[in-house]
Amino acid sequence: MTIWIAIAVTAVGCYAVKLLGLLVPAGVVERPLVKRMAALLPVALLAALTAQQTFADGSQMVLDAKAAGLAAAAVALLLRAPFLVIIAAAVVVTAGVRAIGG
Amino acid sequence: MGEQPAVIATQAPHPEAGPHVGEPGAAEKPDSAVVRDSLGVGIAVGLSGFAFGVTAVGNGLSLLQACALSLLVFTGASQFALVGALAGGGNPVTAAAGAFFLGMRNAFYGLRLSQLLAMPRWVRPFGAHWVIDETTAVTLAQPTRRARRIGFAVTGLTLYVLWNLTTLLGALGAEAIGDTEAWGLDAAGPATFLALLAPMLRTATERAVAALAVLLGLGLLPVLPAGVPVLVAALAAPLVLFVQGRRTTTEGTGR
Repeated sequence: MTIWIAIAVTAVGCYAVKLLGLLVPAGVVERPLVKRMAALLPVALLAALTAQQTFADGSQMVLDAKAAGLAAAAVALLLRAPFLVIIAAAVVVTAGVRAIGG
Repeated sequence: MGEQPAVIATQAPHPEAGPHVGEPGAAEKPDSAVVRDSLGVGIAVGLSGFAFGVTAVGNGLSLLQACALSLLVFTGASQFALVGALAGGGNPVTAAAGAFFLGMRNAFYGLRLSQLLAMPRWVRPFGAHWVIDETTAVTLAQPTRRARRIGFAVTGLTLYVLWNLTTLLGALGAEAIGDTEAWGLDAAGPATFLALLAPMLRTATERAVAALAVLLGLGLLPVLPAGVPVLVAALAAPLVLFVQGRRTTTEGTGR
């Protein structure tokens, strides 16, 4: 049930901000500071999420096969690989390291 | 942004320019070329719904819940974030808050798109659901209003259909193979975040924000309830802006 609550809250919230952007007159929020914040907020969230989902298990820090997978994704990114190849690199390397490590 | 039409020819022409003004500086682009660009993005990203379906079910969501997220939330980063937060044991409201903050960037895309697309008011509630990273990127890249409207519609439709279809397939697949971790599929979520993040790290400011957010996000894990460290890490953005603001002020006064 709690999962459904989270889904409902997320769905309503995410739709509301999308619609808000289309309805609000541009001048109201298009201030330089607000725009800077809007650009930097996803950077902070995505960086924290990447780190947590790679190096954390619950509240414990872990260093496992996922770290190798993420490194592979980073290499693919540097080589300007397409999106799907980046994800595939992470998945395949993670699986490979786990298979070798037992 | 759209108020200065003279900046770059390839950028948006003046949104208020009437139909007879034409769009000076904007080269015509054949509809078929716009459709091709849109399909390219729509198909490539749409297929990655597979990773989401797998991740969602791998993290303990039901097939129905995974599909509901893709149908109703339809903004990838928020979906991955919510699933990750729920799996980490966060309470539903904290989990939803992280997803919501990530989705807030779509409001700023909407601001830009409402000028460029000039959607009739009654279309906006429907168009809003498709206001995401990819549709915005394709729309911004088009030279004329006609091309932008085609780009937005084709990318949005392709992506929406494929994203939901592949979510379903991914969820079914994860249910079938059982242990998604053995297949390395738990790496799909963080790799997606990294792929979204990398193009944003253009200047020292973005990199500083990212580095600080990583420190906060990991450092606070042992001391704060699940889901909260990510929200605190979001404070890296105002913190870096604040420090940067102070620095330019002191430099400005010529110490």
